[in-house]
Amino acid sequence: MPVVHIATVVPISQTVGANRIVPAIAIPHPLGDPKMDPAEEKVARREMVEKALTALTTDIEDQTVF
Amino acid sequence: MIKIVHYINQFFGQKGGEEAADLPIELVEGPVGPGTALAAALQGKAEIVKTIICGDSYFNENEEVACMGIREILDEVQPDLIVAGPAFNAGRYGMACGKVGEVAHSMGIAAISGMYVENPGYELYRNFSFMVETSNSAAGMRKAMPAMAQLVSSWIEKEGKLGTPEEEGYMPRGLRVNFFAEERGAKRAVNMLINKLEGKEFKTEYPMPVFDRVEPQPPVIDLSKATIALVTSGGVVPKGNPDHIESSSASKYGEYSIEGLDFLTEASHETAHGGYDPVACNQAPDRVLPVDVLREMEKKGKIGKLHNLFYTTVGNGTSVSNSKAFGAEIAMHLKNAGVSAAILTST
Amino acid sequence: MKLEIGNIHVKELAFGENTALSSGRVEINREELVGFIRELDHRITEVKLDIALPGEKTRIMPVKDVIEPRVKAEGKGSMFPGRNGGDEAMVGEGRTHVLKGMAVVTTGKVVGFQEGIIDMSGAGAEYTPFSKTKNLVITCEVDETCNQYDHEAILRRVGIETANKMGELAKTVAADDSRTYETKPLLEQAAQYPDLPKIGYVYMLQSQGLLHDTYLYGVDVKSIVPTILYPTEVMDGAIMSGNCVSACDKNPSIVHQNSPVIHELYEHHGTKYNFMGVIVTNENVTLADKERSSNYVTKLAVQMGLDAVIVSEEGFGNPDADLVMNCRKLEDAGIKTVLMTDEYAGQMGESQSLADSTPKGDAVVSNGNANMVITLPAMDRVIGHDVYADMIAGGAEGSLHADGSITAEIQVITGATNELGYHNLTAMAG
Repeated sequence: MPVVHIATVVPISQTVGANRIVPAIAIPHPLGDPKMDPAEEKVARREMVEKALTALTTDIEDQTVF
Repeated sequence: MIKIVHYINQFFGQKGGEEAADLPIELVEGPVGPGTALAAALQGKAEIVKTIICGDSYFNENEEVACMGIREILDEVQPDLIVAGPAFNAGRYGMACGKVGEVAHSMGIAAISGMYVENPGYELYRNFSFMVETSNSAAGMRKAMPAMAQLVSSWIEKEGKLGTPEEEGYMPRGLRVNFFAEERGAKRAVNMLINKLEGKEFKTEYPMPVFDRVEPQPPVIDLSKATIALVTSGGVVPKGNPDHIESSSASKYGEYSIEGLDFLTEASHETAHGGYDPVACNQAPDRVLPVDVLREMEKKGKIGKLHNLFYTTVGNGTSVSNSKAFGAEIAMHLKNAGVSAAILTST
Repeated sequence: MKLEIGNIHVKELAFGENTALSSGRVEINREELVGFIRELDHRITEVKLDIALPGEKTRIMPVKDVIEPRVKAEGKGSMFPGRNGGDEAMVGEGRTHVLKGMAVVTTGKVVGFQEGIIDMSGAGAEYTPFSKTKNLVITCEVDETCNQYDHEAILRRVGIETANKMGELAKTVAADDSRTYETKPLLEQAAQYPDLPKIGYVYMLQSQGLLHDTYLYGVDVKSIVPTILYPTEVMDGAIMSGNCVSACDKNPSIVHQNSPVIHELYEHHGTKYNFMGVIVTNENVTLADKERSSNYVTKLAVQMGLDAVIVSEEGFGNPDADLVMNCRKLEDAGIKTVLMTDEYAGQMGESQSLADSTPKGDAVVSNGNANMVITLPAMDRVIGHDVYADMIAGGAEGSLHADGSITAEIQVITGATNELGYHNLTAMAG
């Protein structure tokens, strides 16, 4: 079963061995930003989740940051 | 004078060889076999009050019952220390000695054992006992017994606060042990800096860790038929944290339903995580666990289904060993539920 | 900059008629001081003062900050500068008087389940350096109009202003002992010991939001790019704590005032090396900030001509990534590093201890495993609220027992695994 890791500190994700990695926005709010307009924030979140789904459907050989 | 209980197998208990390996637990007064040499070496400091003899096959084939028996004996005798073996390279005997150490540890009783470094009992149970390295056969008894006696003496002298494996002569337990150093950390750092600058020898107090790897899994072929699950280490829980997941160093994970929820709100969910500013997550938990957009994608048919349960824990200060155990269990739940892939979010 | 630190040793701390200092006895008029504190913010609803002395069967929790009373006896500036309009002057020069052995401790209802415990006796007292100080404890509560940020800010202000007020007592008193520290402007400092290796201190500060913030001359350090300080500035409160999350390894203000690495580095300044100065940096919540700050630290270290540095972390988890980035980039620039951290190795110590790793980190000082479990005995007196024991970082459901004893990780104890090496705890492979 493939897993995608959405994480802000990509180097930690790489060190601990995640294979599919999607960079996130910030540690306290990986998939959002309270400073953004709510509609824009949701667009950003959707884009990240879409990227995560792309990662899950991509065949990889090694650790990959999407 | 401290009280010791000694655990040995049927062979060293003088019950016989392989033909006696099915012998159930037997409790004998005083030392037996290798225990007599140990008792002599420890004269005046410790007394072997009882010896537990158990067949190697019996122990390994009836582990639960055997452990219960050991627990009862330890409960009754209340020894200060349990000594097990030495087991050399006898696999079943080593496993039994290791397991006895684990049982004792769970009761707050220290354990000292001895075995060959490649005995599986060391690898599996090294966290729980101080184990002396022995040769791979019983021919090494003449060296093993004094080494174990030495370790027991040291343990008595230092009231259980043994030094490093090198100093004391036990095999590394794979543990990090706290102690108060003579000098404070800042001074030790400056001394280390001076040595590093001058090209002199210095010893790091913590060798950098190495993490294990897993093979990348094959991708999802058809998203529109896939069930996607959400997992997070960001601590999102139903409001009120019903299972009391710890704000740091989590001892558990939670499994919660999101069936029928289109999004998460301040009223429905919050974070239990104590390691980041919780305000943004508490205002809109979708910022950590994106239920809202996945629900929309489910409705539009972009994904087959959003799994109706999500899994959550607090990554803050939680050890790798706990995290590994949670991960393995969560993966099993997801697999059993027919989930195709998981999105894991971290804070 | 040249700073003389004069210590006045506090031998006795008590409530009395007058607020005064004489022959090492600090006396405090309770009502007067309560009045002063209540005036600090109109949202304060309750102020209680207690004295907690070493050896007493007393528990203080949840602890927000610990501050040492100091005062500028000579020279410009004031303690913890930059908080209030008009106190922007640079500090670190002249003479500073210290009420040594005394501390102001703030407590009150929990702000964010992350505060710590100080036990004045028993097993827990071994683990906190603040069981050895004579503590003036302020229990302060605020009204319900305050959100968590307001609550934290008010308590921070209460602690700092009270400590400064106490410090005033020492202004004109002769010091029992004193010591002078000096670091010259970069070019002169470099010229003073041209043959010695140049070393510096990379001082990492928590900067991640509520209960995770630190202030430099009143500026929230999450919004700075790394910068250079004279070491003596820190002794006058240039760095102020606004954090106590997982209290074992966060730096209360008193730790900054007595910044241990700075003091230990001065010991061999001019003999083994040339201590050029301090680089302060942050530990922010985005990857871009982490990359930028570690790049900037390295740039400054090169710009200062440093040969080697000590890098200290504050906190754990994602700040391990900042530590590793600083280490890797500095070593790549040819600057030797010694790293200071603590460990989260599991309750038995069975796990690896850091969230990130680099083979370049070959010289690490460990300040102990924060996951170690301890039982703190019941106390005769609890200052603050012990009901939070189950919730604070390091506690778990059932941590607080019916008899008042607490079983929790040493993570809950203020300063137990302090990563600036303020204390002696460490860990070994065993």
